[in-house]
Amino acid sequence: MSAFLTYLVSGVAIGCTFALVASGFVMIHRVTRVVNFAQGTFAVVGGMTTASLLGRGLPHGVAEVLAIVVCGVVGLLVGAIAIGKPGTPPLASLIITLGLAIGAYGVEVVVFGDQPVSFAMARGATTLGGAHIQWQYFLVMGATLVTFTALALFFERTYVGKALTACSSNPYAARLAGISVLRMGLLAFALGGMLGGLAGVLITPLQPVSFDSDAVLAVNGFAAAIFGGLMRPGTALLGGLVLGVSESMVGGYVNASYETEVALALMLAIMVWRSARTPVSVEEAA
Amino acid sequence: MLQVTDLVVRYGSATALDGVSLHVDDGERVALVGPNGAGKSTLVNTLSGVVRPASGQVRIDGRLAHVPEGRQLFPELTVEDNLRLGAWRSGNRDPSRVYAVLPDLDRIRRQRAGTLSGGQQQMVAVGRALMADPDVLAVDELSLGLAPIIVSELADHLRALNREHGMSLLLIEQNARLAFHLCERAYVLESGRVTAEGSSDDLARSPEVARAYLGGITEQDGPDEPTAAPSAPSGWSSE
Repeated sequence: MSAFLTYLVSGVAIGCTFALVASGFVMIHRVTRVVNFAQGTFAVVGGMTTASLLGRGLPHGVAEVLAIVVCGVVGLLVGAIAIGKPGTPPLASLIITLGLAIGAYGVEVVVFGDQPVSFAMARGATTLGGAHIQWQYFLVMGATLVTFTALALFFERTYVGKALTACSSNPYAARLAGISVLRMGLLAFALGGMLGGLAGVLITPLQPVSFDSDAVLAVNGFAAAIFGGLMRPGTALLGGLVLGVSESMVGGYVNASYETEVALALMLAIMVWRSARTPVSVEEAA
Repeated sequence: MLQVTDLVVRYGSATALDGVSLHVDDGERVALVGPNGAGKSTLVNTLSGVVRPASGQVRIDGRLAHVPEGRQLFPELTVEDNLRLGAWRSGNRDPSRVYAVLPDLDRIRRQRAGTLSGGQQQMVAVGRALMADPDVLAVDELSLGLAPIIVSELADHLRALNREHGMSLLLIEQNARLAFHLCERAYVLESGRVTAEGSSDDLARSPEVARAYLGGITEQDGPDEPTAAPSAPSGWSSE
């Protein structure tokens, strides 16, 4: 029972970080229709920048926030390269982000080195139902909850959030209203960078991150995002949790080397089942 | 107010507008009629800056707002949010001035735009454009897909906006009867050129225009010209 609880809590926490990566995918895809394959890179940059800043003696809080800001700037740069030229088809932008993600390996190795890094954030642990659970797990869950609530409020309540939705819903009409779809796309990339960075900051204390950790984060985040059709952050959160918990259970009870494969297969099965139940929604041609 | 001079627009090798000149004066109501594929929407998209001209000039004194063909609302947002986003340029996001002119919108302000009827959607589209506090309102296909009674109600609103607020109006219409009825002056656009212009009354009396646009010819889809077009002579404008 206590083992189950441990796997469950750690699965939920890991799932939360997948969901944060997924929310970046969703943010960028909603507004620009680009699947940003540099999304995992943002998380790596976030984690490594935090470790590096802490290593230079910056206090907790400052280092994490600075790292997330750096990720926002990185996101903006990726966006500027991927969608900066008007009329770039989303598929071309996707390939650009993939290229940037691979190119980032070189930069990361030069700046941060090629060894996995980690740092402690919330220290210590508590005992819950006989299970020994690190405080970091609760920190991850709390931060994810706050972030998704903030995202929902941002899209539902703010003028800029609604303008982002407008660009997603009808870019032509948004342009007629004077909204710069390009600027909104760049904003989405910057916010996507910050969301990815936050995921990296939160996951690095749980799983050391190296320059090539982006692939596993991007694959899991993408799978979670696909769960919500790359459009709905809330469903992406659910997808992230399903992935995280199933990976944790497989890793705990079966064999840790299969955890990602089994979780992704489960995800695929759920999506096939769902699409068989509901008619495929036809996306409006742009 | 609005002055278009020798405007040429190309899509790749196809010429959509071939030297179009027209003007809309202060407080004037002007119609642009013509068959599908004549370049009417291209013209208004050029005016709103979505399409870049190959050559020619567009001069707008003040702000132009564009009610696009097919409404083009943000379906998942509420009526009020649609309106408020129309104020991106003007900065005045309070929709009460639009509710004052289009009171029906006030009653449905919390509904999602995607759930509305065609007539209501067209009214939201007009209201959203009004939120930009425009000096010229360009309306592309006001009547498309709407029942005649709805169209005449919307036309009354446009006329009132023009009379009471001095807003210039450029009405792009396939329905020439409506266009001539609502506007003082009109241009006929065919295959990217202005082939006739003059007062609505004169144009309505011109036999060629009447035959092509008022003579019970049903509107067709696609770029095919109405039956009268091939015989259209060059000198039938009533300047």
